[in-house]
Amino acid sequence: MRRLALALALVVLPAEADDRRSGFDVMGPDTQAMQQDDTANPGILWVRDGEALWTRADGGKSCAACHGAVESMRGAAARYPVFDGAPLSLEQRINRCRTTHQGATPLAYESQELLALTAVVAHQSRGLPITPDADPHLGAVRAEGERLFRQRQGQLDLACSQCHDDNAGKRLAGNLIPQGHPTGYPVYRLEWQGMGSLQRRLRNCQGAVRAEPYAYGSAELVALEAYLMARAGGMPLETPAVRP
Amino acid sequence: MPKPGSAPSPAPSLASAVALAVLLTTQPAAAQDALPDSLTGTKGDPARGRAIVADRRRGLCLLCHSGPFPEERFQGTLAPDLSGAGARLSEGQLRLRIVDARRLVPDTIMPSYFKVEGLTRVAPAFQGKPVLSAAEIEDVVAFLTTLRD
Ligand code: HEC
Ligand code: HEC
Repeated sequence: MRRLALALALVVLPAEADDRRSGFDVMGPDTQAMQQDDTANPGILWVRDGEALWTRADGGKSCAACHGAVESMRGAAARYPVFDGAPLSLEQRINRCRTTHQGATPLAYESQELLALTAVVAHQSRGLPITPDADPHLGAVRAEGERLFRQRQGQLDLACSQCHDDNAGKRLAGNLIPQGHPTGYPVYRLEWQGMGSLQRRLRNCQGAVRAEPYAYGSAELVALEAYLMARAGGMPLETPAVRP
Repeated sequence: MPKPGSAPSPAPSLASAVALAVLLTTQPAAAQDALPDSLTGTKGDPARGRAIVADRRRGLCLLCHSGPFPEERFQGTLAPDLSGAGARLSEGQLRLRIVDARRLVPDTIMPSYFKVEGLTRVAPAFQGKPVLSAAEIEDVVAFLTTLRD
């Protein structure tokens, strides 16, 4: 019960002084400038690719055939994950549309096409506040995500919260530990030299503590996403963000 | 932290880890701040220990700590500077802090370097292996005792 109350409280935007910082706020000025200039932000290439895919008729129908212009997606990504029979991430929603409405095959996680479609949809919410969905089913999902966030794991036996709640702002070797807000996904990460989803980012952190990463699309990763998005509620979306 | 797919640590030493569990539980109460006995029965080698401490994939120490390693860039700011550790702490106290710092600070982020049980979702490449072997820990301890100022 306390869990649920807590999870619900998270949905209400905090009224008190907000010391939450996006990864954007703590990265270097060069990387910030790169993100803000659409002609320099490499993530924009994925957005452009996504615009083309939006109108391509895969399996007979395009996304545009049902939804119209991609601008109709404004605000959608800011609410995800949602609940529709099961907790659903944005990637899972796109693949569900493909299989049930387009008669197409699902796209692989981290494939160019899925990243491009996710990027173009999330880009429509750039600048809008993250607005966690009010579906009551999501309370338990967020509570599970928070439990996983606080659970030690891997050979190094560290929890996400130990870095991102307790030690954010300090340096792990050369890397500044961010608060871990999923404000800009999918992001162009300089270290990856490419675009990656939030789930890729979370699996990277698991690898760093020598844990076996949760599978792409697993209930665990979607629960973590749901918790992190609620934790970042009210912060503006930046997609496509650039990160070091 | 190591990147996913980086090389696993050297050989498992499950037997010594089990021996350690016995050791830890049979320490007299007065010695709970220290592990006076060598894990291997012999003294470690400080030069090897220094190399382990400086190696971000083996010791991992400099991910969190800083210390007297002028050649190493990007040291961590998550933990106390290791300079002078050998003056502040006895050999036995240093050993306990590497073996299982959580005995002293239960919620510390410092990993327990000799622990193989009670862990969650350890990646297959690291299962059943402590972060460092008994011999490596003795090398690290031998090196830390030389950090006098
Ligand atoms: C040992 C420290 C550590 C742990 C434990 C850790 N992370 Fe991270 N995390 C980092 C660092 C450092 C970064 C910044 C990128 C980098 O340098 O790798 C990061 C980046 C992130 C980001 C991206 C933030 C942005 O601005 O884009 C998210 C989200 C995140 N982590 C979530 C998690 C979750 C969830 C877990 C647990 C499954 C976790 N982290 C565990 C250190 C950690
Ligand atoms: C993930 C972070 C992390 C790593 C990796 C790490 N430590 Fe630590 N260490 C800490 C923290 C934090 C403390 C302080 C204890 C506390 O209050 O949590 C500490 C304490 C210590 C102390 C006691 C310091 C004093 O002056 O009291 C020693 C000695 C030490 N560590 C040595 C090492 C060595 C050697 C390694 C590598 C083999 C290492 N540490 C790896 C985080 C870390």
